[in-house]
Amino acid sequence: MTPLLFANIDEPGLNTIDVYRRHGGYQALPKALKMSSDEVLAELETSELRGRGGAGFQMGKKASFLPHGSMDKYLVCNADESEPGAFKDRELMQKNPHQLVEGIIIGAYAAGVNRSFIYVRGEYQYQADILDAAVKEAEAAGFLGERILGSSHTLSLVVHRGAGAYICGEETALLDSLEGKRGNPRLKPPFPANQGLYQGPTLVNNVETLSNVPHIIRMGADAWAKHGVQNSTGTKVVSVSGCVRNPGNFEVELGIPTRDLIMGLAGGPREGCEIKFFFPGGSSSPVLTAEEGLDLPYDFDSMAKAGSMLGSGSVIVVDDTIPVVEVAKKVAKFYAHESCGKCSPCREGTNWTVKMLERVDTGEATPMDLDIIASVQDQIMGNCLCVLGDSMAMPIGSLVKKFRSEFEEHIERAREQRGMGVTVPEPEPVALAGAEPDVGPY
Amino acid sequence: MPRVHRYPDGSRVPPWDRAVDLTKAPAPVPEPAVTPVPEELRRTIEAYMAKYPDRRSAVIPSIAAAQRHHGWCSPEALDQVAVVMRLTPAYVESIATFYDMFENEPAPPHDVYVCTNISCSLLGADELFEHFIETLGDDEDFNIRSFECLGACDIGPMASVDGVYVGPLQLDDVPRIANDVRDGRPVLRSKQIAHRAVADPGAAAPVPDPDTMAAGPPMPPERGRGEATAPEDEI
Repeated sequence: MTPLLFANIDEPGLNTIDVYRRHGGYQALPKALKMSSDEVLAELETSELRGRGGAGFQMGKKASFLPHGSMDKYLVCNADESEPGAFKDRELMQKNPHQLVEGIIIGAYAAGVNRSFIYVRGEYQYQADILDAAVKEAEAAGFLGERILGSSHTLSLVVHRGAGAYICGEETALLDSLEGKRGNPRLKPPFPANQGLYQGPTLVNNVETLSNVPHIIRMGADAWAKHGVQNSTGTKVVSVSGCVRNPGNFEVELGIPTRDLIMGLAGGPREGCEIKFFFPGGSSSPVLTAEEGLDLPYDFDSMAKAGSMLGSGSVIVVDDTIPVVEVAKKVAKFYAHESCGKCSPCREGTNWTVKMLERVDTGEATPMDLDIIASVQDQIMGNCLCVLGDSMAMPIGSLVKKFRSEFEEHIERAREQRGMGVTVPEPEPVALAGAEPDVGPY
Repeated sequence: MPRVHRYPDGSRVPPWDRAVDLTKAPAPVPEPAVTPVPEELRRTIEAYMAKYPDRRSAVIPSIAAAQRHHGWCSPEALDQVAVVMRLTPAYVESIATFYDMFENEPAPPHDVYVCTNISCSLLGADELFEHFIETLGDDEDFNIRSFECLGACDIGPMASVDGVYVGPLQLDDVPRIANDVRDGRPVLRSKQIAHRAVADPGAAAPVPDPDTMAAGPPMPPERGRGEATAPEDEI
């Protein structure tokens, strides 16, 4: 497969406008501007490009939801890539920022937008500096600003830096954060397409989604959609990390066998280890064991059918040397730390899941606590404004379900090590009058 | 039966980490006319405010600028942001305490964020972080923090040293990082993310040589806090 997003990616200086143009950059833009904005939108819809940020919603459809008219409309590129295991946007922004800028200009033209922002996570300082330089070059070349290339399209682009909050990757929390507030998700509806940034219609798209736009326009939607499989068109940059020999970003056609991805491109597990399970779409996706997942095609629908999700396309591989309780604790702690605290099921659910998993780890828990953990996950699911709570509930729920015996063995072993005896407690002695009840020193 | 350990509130699990201090007096709202704001910081914040349709959007970059100027988000720094942006200090503080990269206590000048999230911890990030704490935890130059996923799982275990991503790190890289920062050299040049080729064999490309990357992007400037405010071209 010839790479699209990763074409010439390691060419020195690709982040400058000259080299980017030498490789055919900024040729889709004049082509798009010669078409009407509705035609560009139709082209994006025909391509069936699905959002690469996690939800997988069709980008063209999303853009078509923006109302027509002369009100202030906004396009926000979500570059707050904070999902554990995801690092594809970092590579795309760092090495080919103009591809993204061109995608934003075309996307804005299709949606009738004339103010755009890139919300970069605060930790990506180097990448934000590169984007700043790219925006400046594009402005100087007349690709941004008033009446771009003599057309009626006007666009400003501001690179906005966050300051470290996973929740700001959620689109409504991102908009709140961009408005200068704490990053708290909003109640939906109204969806951002109707009332988003500064209450105006807003299109929010991921870096990789927008980076695909110039290729769709350049090649034509039909030629572009020949990549991939039905309902999962195009190529996908997949980040593979964890216990593999060759971690990194790989641009693949959607529908590639998962085995080829993990065993082939990423080099497979380390010497003498076996893959135990993997997260197919970042730490918020339900895990798949090696037997379940390795033979599936890697695309949106197959992963959903297997009870997981493609998410942002970040595979985290865990091998058999890693205790599953450790993984569960890490995941739960992350979401407890990043919960914004607005909705109780998430704020309390993530917090208590961590505490319960800590008790599992120290052997203070009983197998019944595993049922309680599972039921807490069920009560978080779908009960919050955003999916941060669900993002913990899905992997933790699947880990407890699929590796229950290992959790139970862990409890037993920890109890033995601490001299706490068997799991089944002695029957409570009948309380006698005057006996001291077993309560704490409070 | 063994006695169950209980916390002071009677629970068997630790309580919430920090309670609200109800005895604290309400913060006074600073008077713009008599609150001194360093001229450079004021200009930086005003330039940020001019970039957005709504000036309030500039609050995160402005707090970051104040933090660079003062070394941490001191009450004085937050007051200055509030005065220039015409917001209340309480509002500015609510933002400063929400985001992870703002230091709400005095902190050493050089940030070392060690990623201890899942992908890196599978590869030994927890030991690395402990080693950082053992080696540099008491050093007044280094602000060692364990951080959630920094988005560089391909070079795990990794750390962000004053904004420069380096990895994969071994335990003996820790003193090298300290020496590089102290001597003002680029940190672990060969392990920086800027010099790392893409892993995808399909994108077949020559591996860039760190020493001949002159055409590549310039390295980020020294990001230690307590130095100048934002560079001119960032505004």
